[in-house]
Amino acid sequence: MNTPAPNNGKLVIKLVAVVLGMFGFGFALVPLYDVFCDVTGINGKTNPYAATYQVQDIDTSRTITVEFITRTNTGMPWEFKARSRQVQVHPGELKTVEFYVRNPTGKDIVGQAIPSVSPGTAALYLNKTECFCFNQQPLPAGEEALMPMQFYVDPQLPEDIEIFTLSYTFYDVTETASTVAMNRG
Amino acid sequence: MSTAAEHLHHDEHHDHKPSGIKRWLYTTNHKDIGTLYLWFAFIMFLIGGAMAMVIRAELFQPGLQLVDPNFFNQMTTVHGLIMVFGAVMPAFTGLANWMVPLMIGAPDMALPRMNNWSFWILPFAFLILLSSLFLEGGGPNFGWTFYAPLSTTYSNDSTALFVFSVHIMGASSIMGAINVIVTIFNMRAPGMTWMKMPLFVWTWLITAFLLIAVMPVLAGAVTMVLTDKFFGTSFFNAAGGGDPVLFQHIFWFFGHPEVYIMILPAFGIISQIVPTFSRKPLFGYASMVYATASIALLSFIVWAHHMFTTGMPVAAELFFMFATMLISVPTGVKVFNWVATMWRGAISFEIPMLFALAFIVLFTIGGFSGLMLAITPVDFQYHDTYFVVAHFHYVLVTGAVFSIMAAVYYWLPKWCGKMYDLTLAKWHFWCSLISVNVLFFPMHFVGLAGMPRRIPDYSLQFADFNKWVSIGGFAFGLSQLIFLALLIKACRKQGEAATDQVWEGAEGLEWEIPSPAPYHTFETPPVVK
Repeated sequence: MNTPAPNNGKLVIKLVAVVLGMFGFGFALVPLYDVFCDVTGINGKTNPYAATYQVQDIDTSRTITVEFITRTNTGMPWEFKARSRQVQVHPGELKTVEFYVRNPTGKDIVGQAIPSVSPGTAALYLNKTECFCFNQQPLPAGEEALMPMQFYVDPQLPEDIEIFTLSYTFYDVTETASTVAMNRG
Repeated sequence: MSTAAEHLHHDEHHDHKPSGIKRWLYTTNHKDIGTLYLWFAFIMFLIGGAMAMVIRAELFQPGLQLVDPNFFNQMTTVHGLIMVFGAVMPAFTGLANWMVPLMIGAPDMALPRMNNWSFWILPFAFLILLSSLFLEGGGPNFGWTFYAPLSTTYSNDSTALFVFSVHIMGASSIMGAINVIVTIFNMRAPGMTWMKMPLFVWTWLITAFLLIAVMPVLAGAVTMVLTDKFFGTSFFNAAGGGDPVLFQHIFWFFGHPEVYIMILPAFGIISQIVPTFSRKPLFGYASMVYATASIALLSFIVWAHHMFTTGMPVAAELFFMFATMLISVPTGVKVFNWVATMWRGAISFEIPMLFALAFIVLFTIGGFSGLMLAITPVDFQYHDTYFVVAHFHYVLVTGAVFSIMAAVYYWLPKWCGKMYDLTLAKWHFWCSLISVNVLFFPMHFVGLAGMPRRIPDYSLQFADFNKWVSIGGFAFGLSQLIFLALLIKACRKQGEAATDQVWEGAEGLEWEIPSPAPYHTFETPPVVK
């Protein structure tokens, strides 16, 4: 033979390393995707942690319309509504809105709200100081509740965005309530 | 290099070849394994084709006629999986096994035992996949792309079988790819420098690198589906902090290079056949090599063109649109090089050349509809319609599958030592060519008119075109039985003896050995000048 066998072994080891590396890369895409989306805000996910509000100049020259959409996932029996379908805010102004939920069933349910902003880039400029979506929300059978959400829009919000939509979807997480991280937003 | 055939100490013929089933089970001979891969791929092609017949029978008329929608969904899913992983990819691996050692003057593949293993796990993968169809609730029904949450929240328990079968298919492809790379790196005959390698070898080398880069990502994606479904993880589950769109990113990071895995070896085959029957060397050899490499590299940065409608920001849509269009540059280089090879050549129209010419024309049609799909604003209209189905069947059936048939017609006399039945071959070509266009061309029209893919029923205004599509489908399916008859005849060694060179204009090491190719070749390496 024109090449000795050990050469094959070395090359095979390198190629297997590539294979294992790419298998790992497939999983690395999960955190990379989150980081990438956090930085660019392209998938409309809002920050899952509370922002601290510092009194700042309120830009009264601009008025932003924030619309609210409420949904429940398949199999989630809650009634879920925004008290106001939309609000007008000036960038930098702190605003509180309320959402109404009712558990019409005969059993206790734990819900988790997942926010999504459209257009996605607006998510970077939406800061929530308080949100029911930061925690899982238990609601006993037959009870209702008002859940507050307090936010302000960063004055850096790009000029071309005058209106954006914040959607919340409630998921039934009763079964996994104890195991799922409690601080997702 | 000794092959394991020599380690088997029974039934030694003059050719050192054990007989019976053990020859095939234990074989480490690249020609035997190539034959196994090719027959396996052909059987899978017929099974996947039968599923396409079910789909077309259901779609012959509007309304639900023959099968229930869940079974229809299983047919579209398993048809796709079988054709991609069971037919096209193993057929190319089979051709690589047969031809790469012969074309570079090597006595066998570099890792013959692994070669045996990588073939023999494949039948089990597809046995698992096909058996899931007979379980209660049926097999996978979420499309071959297995988007979450269809494959996680809404799928049944047979998803586990789907996942394991994809794992095994992936392992098989990865082993095959490693073998090809090691063979080409380490076993080229003296004088066979990189830029003297035949283009089929070049394209397969690049394909093999794509395979080891993206098949592990697919393995990761199915593993995440498995753990999301059965072990409570939340990779793709929004309630647990995951994101279903992430699935699409991971899948298409694999999926787009995958489509080049299925077309680059085809480019190699066409680049072998066109010069032979034009009796001219390939025009622009070096540019062909660089074009292949550029297509492979670009394939990693275009995946999100499958996802324009997921709500990406405009900047990302523009990036993926232009990156995708950029691929048409190296692809154009290839098409123009083939045309320039034929220019003023002494062309003759033998069967492989007919398939190669059909490939060039019809693949280009598929390439153009791909360019249309790449345009973001119009993709919103085309997305998930039959226009997409028409596009990828033009590039995969009249592209990849036609190239495989061209390759079989080109090298079959070398494998069997006999010229195949030319009458049957001509019937096969013309029936396939006409029926495949009746089958896929009208799909463009119903797609543009808004007929969605993967739905067992459709609006009445699509009825006429669908009837034609179904008729074309049945005709194309039946045409493949001509091919089956031809192959059976060829394997029985009927027909005229082929010369060593087989084709008048053929050049390369594989045409310097006797026909049929002896069981062991190039035990002393040839010297390439």
